[in-house]
Amino acid sequence: MSFSVPASLEAELDELTTHYPVQRSASLMFLHALQEHFGYISKDAVEWTARKLGLQPINVYELVTFYPMFRQEPLGKTHIKVCRTLSCSLAGSAELRERFCTRLGLDPHAHASQTTPDGQFTVEFVECLASCGTAPVVLVNEDLHHKVGTAEADAILKQGQKA
Amino acid sequence: MSAPAAPSSTAAPVPAPAAPPVETMTVMVNGKTVQVPKTLPDWQGKPAPTTMLQAAKIAGVDIPHYCYHDKLPIAGNCRMCLVEFGTPMMGPDRKPVLNEDGTPKISRSVLPYEPGTPRGAIACATPISPGMEIYADSKATQQMRESVLESLLINHPLDCTICDQAGECKLQEYSVQHGKADSQFVETKVHKPKAVDLGPRIVLDDERCILCTRCIRFTRDIAGDDALGIVNRGSYNTISAFEPGKFDNNYTLNTVDLCPVGALTSKDFRFKMRVWFLKETKSLCTSCGTGCNITIGSREGVIHRYEPRENDAVNGPWMCDSGRLNYRWVGRADRLKQVLRTSADGTLQPISWNAAIESAALILTQAPQGSVAFVVSARQTNEELFLLKKLATHTGALTDAVPREGEPDRLLVSEDRNPNSNGVRLIGMAFTEFGFNLTKIAEGIAQGRIKTLVVFGEDVTQVGIGPELLTKLDALIVSDILPNATTAAASLLLPGAAHAEKRGTFVNIKGRLQKFQKAVEAPGEARPEWEFLHELVHSLTGHNGYRTIEGLFNQMATEVPAFAGLQWAQVGDTGVTVQI
Repeated sequence: MSFSVPASLEAELDELTTHYPVQRSASLMFLHALQEHFGYISKDAVEWTARKLGLQPINVYELVTFYPMFRQEPLGKTHIKVCRTLSCSLAGSAELRERFCTRLGLDPHAHASQTTPDGQFTVEFVECLASCGTAPVVLVNEDLHHKVGTAEADAILKQGQKA
Repeated sequence: MSAPAAPSSTAAPVPAPAAPPVETMTVMVNGKTVQVPKTLPDWQGKPAPTTMLQAAKIAGVDIPHYCYHDKLPIAGNCRMCLVEFGTPMMGPDRKPVLNEDGTPKISRSVLPYEPGTPRGAIACATPISPGMEIYADSKATQQMRESVLESLLINHPLDCTICDQAGECKLQEYSVQHGKADSQFVETKVHKPKAVDLGPRIVLDDERCILCTRCIRFTRDIAGDDALGIVNRGSYNTISAFEPGKFDNNYTLNTVDLCPVGALTSKDFRFKMRVWFLKETKSLCTSCGTGCNITIGSREGVIHRYEPRENDAVNGPWMCDSGRLNYRWVGRADRLKQVLRTSADGTLQPISWNAAIESAALILTQAPQGSVAFVVSARQTNEELFLLKKLATHTGALTDAVPREGEPDRLLVSEDRNPNSNGVRLIGMAFTEFGFNLTKIAEGIAQGRIKTLVVFGEDVTQVGIGPELLTKLDALIVSDILPNATTAAASLLLPGAAHAEKRGTFVNIKGRLQKFQKAVEAPGEARPEWEFLHELVHSLTGHNGYRTIEGLFNQMATEVPAFAGLQWAQVGDTGVTVQI
């Protein structure tokens, strides 16, 4: 399938470019918008951005790889972000993530974000989700789950299977 | 619109206007006072404030560095050139504070929040100021270097024994000069991608990389192909191209030269030879008319690599990949190695060089005036062309050279793919446009006027003098390096030497006369052409010339107007400019 950006989004981005004295400065905004639209940033999206802003693809690719918030692969339908910062870590977030991974058949020792082959789930560690008092916390898509124990974890997975 | 002022060769030389006085500044490096210019050329040749590193260099002090390169934009990221320095103290009245003995009081650079700790500055990017003192080997400077090296080595693999860069590695050299003997690092090293296929000619080892970005800056700012960047972040930073394996402009191998460590290696050279075994010979690239200066790395008669040799009048420190990798033909197994002559039964038989010279002299002596033609190559040296010109003049011959053209580029590659076209023109073996006489020679052979053809270094069957014409000749004297349809038809075949096997000079497209030295021996009976041509000229004309290339060059300089006044010794390693 060829890569195409809807005309409305392209117009929006073209307008946005005019806000910057140097076109290159709009790179991050482009990437955010493209990730919002496509769910991830493909090589085609990098090339499209570079072409629009008069850059070489490597210039944009450097940005994409620098920020962990930019994804180069599509996400699963249920995106599970387990907090690993101090409070959650003390409250057992490592075991929590391991549980998610083993339940879903993912490698519990891998560092990076992992997605199940059926595209249902993505599990990853993230830094502080700003709810230290209710550790451990898990962000499932847009919903924050507090004090997640094994039962809550299994409920999250069950919910996700239905999605 | 007025015509641009063309340089006229007839006008009397105008004395160059006196250079404006250079504004200087006095600084002290390691206790030695030096006067240095206020500005020096930057990587593009534009005046820029003189840096501490440049001032130290003028004072004869080398400050270690990785990311700095005088022909690349300054990045200042490796921190290796950190030095302690001091500046004259100023009183509230903006006058220098003096010591009791009247010398200016120097305030050493220190951390603002910790005045007991010296604060270094990166010498590559810090401009000098009047009265500045640079302490390039003070204890503080040494400590800074040690620390920088220690952190560069944290994740660097200790694989010098299998690393191609060993022997010409700045990390290795500086570790010996400035580093610590032991590492305090006890954690696990970060592992990064190994043997990454960066492009068709380059392999990248990310663990060895120190992220100096020389390769990125080179390909972006010099080669004009913004193909490389640093991806990922922190400890996992790696050099990368957007498309794996697609770093393939014609200048990629310069990044291997630039890489101060063994991260970028040449696929052509890696694992072939330890660099300390290579004999280095100053030579020239023969792939086009630019005449890039090169160093030939050879061992035991085998060429292993070409590397660019810095010459700001020609190629700077760079050369193209196609020229650099064009050396294997020198060692080809099918090189012409035997002196051959057609015998009575029509087959080629080996003969001695003496017999061959006699035979050639006899053919050329007996040939009536005007019945001889010469086709020479603009790949021959000036000295050889000079001797060929003598033969051609003696026999009243029609002469020409073969044009060889290709696509030029914006950096070094010339449209003219002959290394010595201007030599041919200056010595008078061909007109400005090569190939003008080739049709006349072909006609002459077809009509039976031309009975003897002398061909040096070209395949005339490719330029309109086909095999059927060659059979009409009484004699076809050919000298070449590799076999072709013309050498196959020769009645007398004289095996010649490649440029790497002899000495000589070329004149490049811009009129730079440059010499090259001999790296390896010619195979079999093959000899440098100027040697046997010299004997042939002697046999034919009775004129005794010089037996050395120096003498021959100096004799040529007295007879060829463009080279008037030149001496071999004076040509130096980077050449001289002649009027073309």
